[in-house]
Amino acid sequence: MTSAAREGWLERIEAPDSLTLNLGGRWDMRSAQRHEKELRHLRPSGKQALRVDFSAIDSLDTAGAWLLFRLAKRLRAEGVEVAFDNLQAPHADILERLAKIESHVEIEPPKPNPLVAIVALIGKSVIDIGVEIMESIAFLGLTAVSFARAVLRPKLFRVPAIFYHMEQAGLNAIPIIALIAFLIGLVIAYQGAIQLRQFGAEIFVVDMVAVSVLRELAILLTAIVVAGRSGSAFTAQIGAMKINEEVDAMRTIGLDPMQVLVLPRLIALMIVLPLLGFVADVMGLVGGGVMSMIELGISPSQYIDRLEQSFAPWSLGTGLLKAPVFAAIIALTSCHMGMKVSGSSESLGKFTTRSVVHAIFAVIVVDAMFSIFFAYIGI
Amino acid sequence: MAEQNNIAIRARDITVAFHGIAVLDKLDLDVRRGDVMGFVGPSGAGKSVLLRTIVGLNKRVRGTIEVLGQDLDKLNYRQRREIEERWGVLFQSGALFSSLTVAQNIEVPLFEHTDLPVDVVEEICALKIGLVGLPPEAASKYPMELSGGMRKRAGLARALALDPEIVFLDEPTAGLDPIGAAAFDELVRSLQSSLGLTVFMVTHDLDSLHAVCDRIAVLGDKHVIVTGSMAEMLEQDHPWIRDYFHGPRGRAAR
Ligand SMILES: Nc1ncnc2c1ncn2[C@@H]1O[C@H](COP(=O)(O)OP(=O)(O)OP(=O)(O)O)[C@@H](O)[C@H]1O
Ligand SMILES: [Mg+2]
Repeated sequence: MTSAAREGWLERIEAPDSLTLNLGGRWDMRSAQRHEKELRHLRPSGKQALRVDFSAIDSLDTAGAWLLFRLAKRLRAEGVEVAFDNLQAPHADILERLAKIESHVEIEPPKPNPLVAIVALIGKSVIDIGVEIMESIAFLGLTAVSFARAVLRPKLFRVPAIFYHMEQAGLNAIPIIALIAFLIGLVIAYQGAIQLRQFGAEIFVVDMVAVSVLRELAILLTAIVVAGRSGSAFTAQIGAMKINEEVDAMRTIGLDPMQVLVLPRLIALMIVLPLLGFVADVMGLVGGGVMSMIELGISPSQYIDRLEQSFAPWSLGTGLLKAPVFAAIIALTSCHMGMKVSGSSESLGKFTTRSVVHAIFAVIVVDAMFSIFFAYIGI
Repeated sequence: MAEQNNIAIRARDITVAFHGIAVLDKLDLDVRRGDVMGFVGPSGAGKSVLLRTIVGLNKRVRGTIEVLGQDLDKLNYRQRREIEERWGVLFQSGALFSSLTVAQNIEVPLFEHTDLPVDVVEEICALKIGLVGLPPEAASKYPMELSGGMRKRAGLARALALDPEIVFLDEPTAGLDPIGAAAFDELVRSLQSSLGLTVFMVTHDLDSLHAVCDRIAVLGDKHVIVTGSMAEMLEQDHPWIRDYFHGPRGRAAR
C-alpha cells in the first residue's frame, strides 16, 4: 500500500533517439522538492524525444504531477516530442485535471508604477486630510443627532452600557493615572527646587507645582493615558464588530450603532475624565508635597498653608473645564475610527493606531487653543 | 503491525470538557488509511470539537490520539511539524488570513514547509486554485471580497496546498451551489484514489455522504454511536439515525 511506498526516484536512460525517464516511488511534495532543479534544466540533446515512464510510480500528488507536467509543457514549446508512458488510471486523471487549469494567476492586485504611486500617495494624503476633517464633522453631527433623539426619548440612553464603560475607562484607570500624576508632581517639584533654590525662593516651588499640575499637566496626562488605554480599546471593540458584520446585523435589527455603541462610550468618558482629572490633580499635588519635604524640608502643614495662599480657583477650574472636551475628542475619534474598520485584521490594526495618534494630537492642539483662550479672557 | 499501519487516526478514551461539562466522553474512533470518513450528528454534538481536538487545538481531559501511527502527545517540536505537513485542515468558517490575498493564503504553508522556488510555488498555488474550482481572478482578491462559498473553496485550497495525507474538512460543501458541491465530491474522490488520501469530513450533505464517503460515523450522546458504510447506516434502528437517513432529504439523496 501507499504507506510502504518508497521515496520518489528518477532514472535516466539515454538512447540515440530518445531520453527515457523512469520514475518510481512516491512522487509527492517532498520528492518534488528534491528533483525540482534537475527537471527544471533537463533537456534531451539533439533530436532525442523524451519518454516519461510512470510504471514504477506508487503514488502521484499534484505537486509531483505538476513538475512533470511543466517539464512536458516547456519541452513541447521548444519542439521536443514528449510522451507519457504506462500511465495508471488515477495518475492520468490528475494530469488531465492539471492540463485544464490555468497555471498563472495574479498573486496580488496589480500595483501602479512606483513613481506614479508616490505622487498619487502625496496627493491622496492631502485630500485625505480634508476628507477626514469633513468626516469627523459629519460624525460629530451624527452623534449630536442621536444624542438629541435620546434626550427626547430617555429610554434610548443605555444606562447599563454607560456604567460598564465608566467602570472600564474610569475606575480601572485610577491606579495608573494616580501613579503617573504622583510621579509628575514629584519631578516638577524636584526640578523647581533645583532652580528656585539659587534665588532662595524655595517656597515658590509650591506655586509652581500648583499652577503647572492643576492648569495643564494633570488633565493633559490623564487625557493622553485615557486615549491610549480606552481610545484604543473602543476602536478595537467596534472594529472587531465591524469585521464580524455585527454592526451590519445591528442595523438590520433596527438598532442604531450610534445609539448602541457610540453614545454610551461618549457619555461614560465625558463623566469619568473630569473625575480622573481631579484624582490626577490631587495626586500631583501630593507628589509635589512629598518632594518638597524631602528636598526642601517644607513640612506638610507649611505646604498646605502655602497652597491655600496661592490657590487660585481658576487654576483648578480651567483644568477641569477642559476635561469633558478632551473626553469628547477621544471618544468620538476612537469610535469613528472603529466604524471605519473594514474587512481585514490589518485594517483593524491601522485604525487602532490612527485612533490613538489622532486623539492625542487633537487633545494637545485643543489644549493649546484653550491656553490662548484663557490667557485672552484673563483667567 | 500491519493492522496498525492501516489506521490513519486512532483515538481512544477521548474526553473533552468545557467549564466542567463534558462535550465528548470516552470517545473511541478509528479512521482507516485511504478512507473517506463522514461524520454526522446533530448540531452541537461535538463534531467540530472532535476535529479540533484531533489536530490539537482543544485540550482534552483524557485520552490518546495517534495520527499516522504516532502518538501526538509524545512528539517533539520537529516531529510535530512533520505531522502538520502531512495534514490539512479546512475550518467550518474558512479561517482565511484576512490581510492576505487568496493566493498568498495558499502560499503560506508552501513557503513555511518547503523550499521550492518562488515560480513553482506560484504555479502550484494557481493549480490549487483551479483544482477547487475558483476562477483565476479570485487569486488576487482579499477574503472579504469573496462570497461565502468562494471563501470555503479558498480555505480548501489552502488545506490541500501541501498535498497532505489526511485532510480534515469541517462542512466543506456547506455554502456551495449543488454543481460546485458535486464537483467538490468528485475532487475528493479523485484525490483519494490517486493519493490514497485519508479524509475526515464533517458534513450534513447527504449527497456527499452517498457520493464519497466509504464509511460514516454518527456522533451523539458524547461519543461515536456507530460507524459503518452507507448501507449499514440505512439498516440502523437508532431513532436519530433512522430519521436522518430515511427522512425526506435522505430519501431524495438516494
Ligand atoms: N470553546 C468552547 N467553549 C465552550 N463550549 C464549547 C466550545 N466549543 C464548543 N463548545 C460546545 O461544544 C458543543 C459541541 O460543539 P461543536 O461545535 O463541536 O458542534 P458541532 O457538532 O460541530 O455542530 P454543528 O453541526 O452545528 O457545527 C456545543 O454544545 C458547544 O456549545
Ligand atoms: Mg461544527
